[in-house]
Amino acid sequence: MRRLSRFLSRFPLHVVVVTITLIWTTPSLGVFINSFRSPQAMKTSGWWTALVNPFDFTRWTIENYATVLATEGLARSFRNSLFITIPATLFPILIAAFAAYAFAWMEFPGRQVIFSVVVGLLVVPLQMTFVPVFAMFNRLGITGTFIAIWAAHIGYGLPFSIYLLRNFFGSLHREVFESAWLDGASYFDAFRYLALPLSVPSLASLAIFQFLWVWNDLLVALIYLGGTPSVAPLTVRVANLVNSLGADWHLLPAAAFISMILPIIVFFSMQRYFVRGIMAGSVKG
Amino acid sequence: MRRVRYLPWLYTAPALFFLALFLVYPSLDTFRRSFYGPNSETFVGAVNYRYAFTAQEMLVAFRNNALWLVLFTTFTVAGGLVIAVLVDKVKYEPLAKSLIFLPQAISFVGAGVIWRFVYDYNPDVGLLNAILTALFPNADPVGWLVNSNMATYALIVTGIWMWTGFAMTILSAAVKDVPEEITEAARMDGANAWQIFWRITVPIISSTIAVVTTTMIINVLKVFDLVYVMTAGRYDTNVIANQMYKELYINQRNGRASAIAVILLALIVPVMMVNIRRFQIQEARR
Repeated sequence: MRRLSRFLSRFPLHVVVVTITLIWTTPSLGVFINSFRSPQAMKTSGWWTALVNPFDFTRWTIENYATVLATEGLARSFRNSLFITIPATLFPILIAAFAAYAFAWMEFPGRQVIFSVVVGLLVVPLQMTFVPVFAMFNRLGITGTFIAIWAAHIGYGLPFSIYLLRNFFGSLHREVFESAWLDGASYFDAFRYLALPLSVPSLASLAIFQFLWVWNDLLVALIYLGGTPSVAPLTVRVANLVNSLGADWHLLPAAAFISMILPIIVFFSMQRYFVRGIMAGSVKG
Repeated sequence: MRRVRYLPWLYTAPALFFLALFLVYPSLDTFRRSFYGPNSETFVGAVNYRYAFTAQEMLVAFRNNALWLVLFTTFTVAGGLVIAVLVDKVKYEPLAKSLIFLPQAISFVGAGVIWRFVYDYNPDVGLLNAILTALFPNADPVGWLVNSNMATYALIVTGIWMWTGFAMTILSAAVKDVPEEITEAARMDGANAWQIFWRITVPIISSTIAVVTTTMIINVLKVFDLVYVMTAGRYDTNVIANQMYKELYINQRNGRASAIAVILLALIVPVMMVNIRRFQIQEARR
């Protein structure tokens, strides 16, 4: 009896929570289901009608995926996205780690001032940099090349990476470093064998954050890579498809899911680091 | 401690180089260019700013950013808080939170595609119009994304869908940190759930609510991708960042683009002050 009354009193709570969760899930689920339906079915009936008979496998097809990968250049864009994102994740973190270590553990004139400037740069909107950097890339003739976008992402990723790693390195115990230095370890040894290994969780969160930031970026790619298909990442390619497909819009769900598959895998396999990275990213401008 | 005088500069040099080249110098140069013409060659005084504060498309953009600011910030923070408190009471909390947080993983482009299928005009494609015509068989479908009175709100709903999970996750951690003795004592004294929420939970986590709110405000001022993908600024959905992109890339007017960027910076600076002060307080506590 008590369990029943407890259940009844909490029933509205469950209804509300389940309803909210369903509302949040339905839009993605619908497009995911649509991506496996034939063009004809997609254009004449809603995705929800496919739920009536989900085990009728003749209704499902991977044709849309095959088509976008082969004829709409999604396979190439996927490679481009990887080719852009991997260096644009590793280099800023590497460069930031050295700088953050110096800000945390080395004495030098201007240390506090320079670090304050780095923190201030965190919230400068990227728009403040587009006109001069775009002009600079044009002068150098590297607009529309991977070099341009790698360099830009290194610059844009640094303030946040330095800020996060400096805080983390700074929170390590002073005695650990001092005893290592007393034992004759160099600054580099302490960096390589103490600071870095001790900060693996922070580095992982940061790497995931930066990876997703670059992978999901549209604006920076749009400006520095332009519309050149040979270098376009998934975000640019899919955004173009939205406007250009016309009658072939049935390909959009498959295209969108190809662009999301990697972030979703990262999300479910490394959720803890993922959430930590995103949380820390709340200060990124 | 051995001291090597050049070593700190060796460690920081690559970072300082990239920061100077891609953030410090361009920001200063953008400020200068905002007083110059389309090619950044002739000095034009405040002409670009006059454009930015009086042109029709900019006024629409300002209005829309203000709408985003109020609606997006309110609903993500309040919604995130309510969901955080509700899921705290159920056993399947991790699953519910994962599903609500998931949109944070995908790009605005992906979210734009997903929501085009919610908003589609054809009731055999768009979920919202299917529900509408099922409930009211006589009603006409609504062009959510092409009706100027509706489109900005439709975009804001998509933004709320993407970012509520972020607010929920941060606020949920804060809600769990509220000492149970306090809520328990209040319950003993006869307080109901509603009173506990308003008189205890909200005041205790107010600093976290402030953090989430400033983050959302920064997001909203820079909103671009969703607008670009879903409407490209048509149907009165233009926003400041989209107009800046257009002036820079399509109209190739560097002066105007720079002035818009400076205005964006000026809007963000007050929020930036709050962020930096918070950072300093946090540092002082260590």
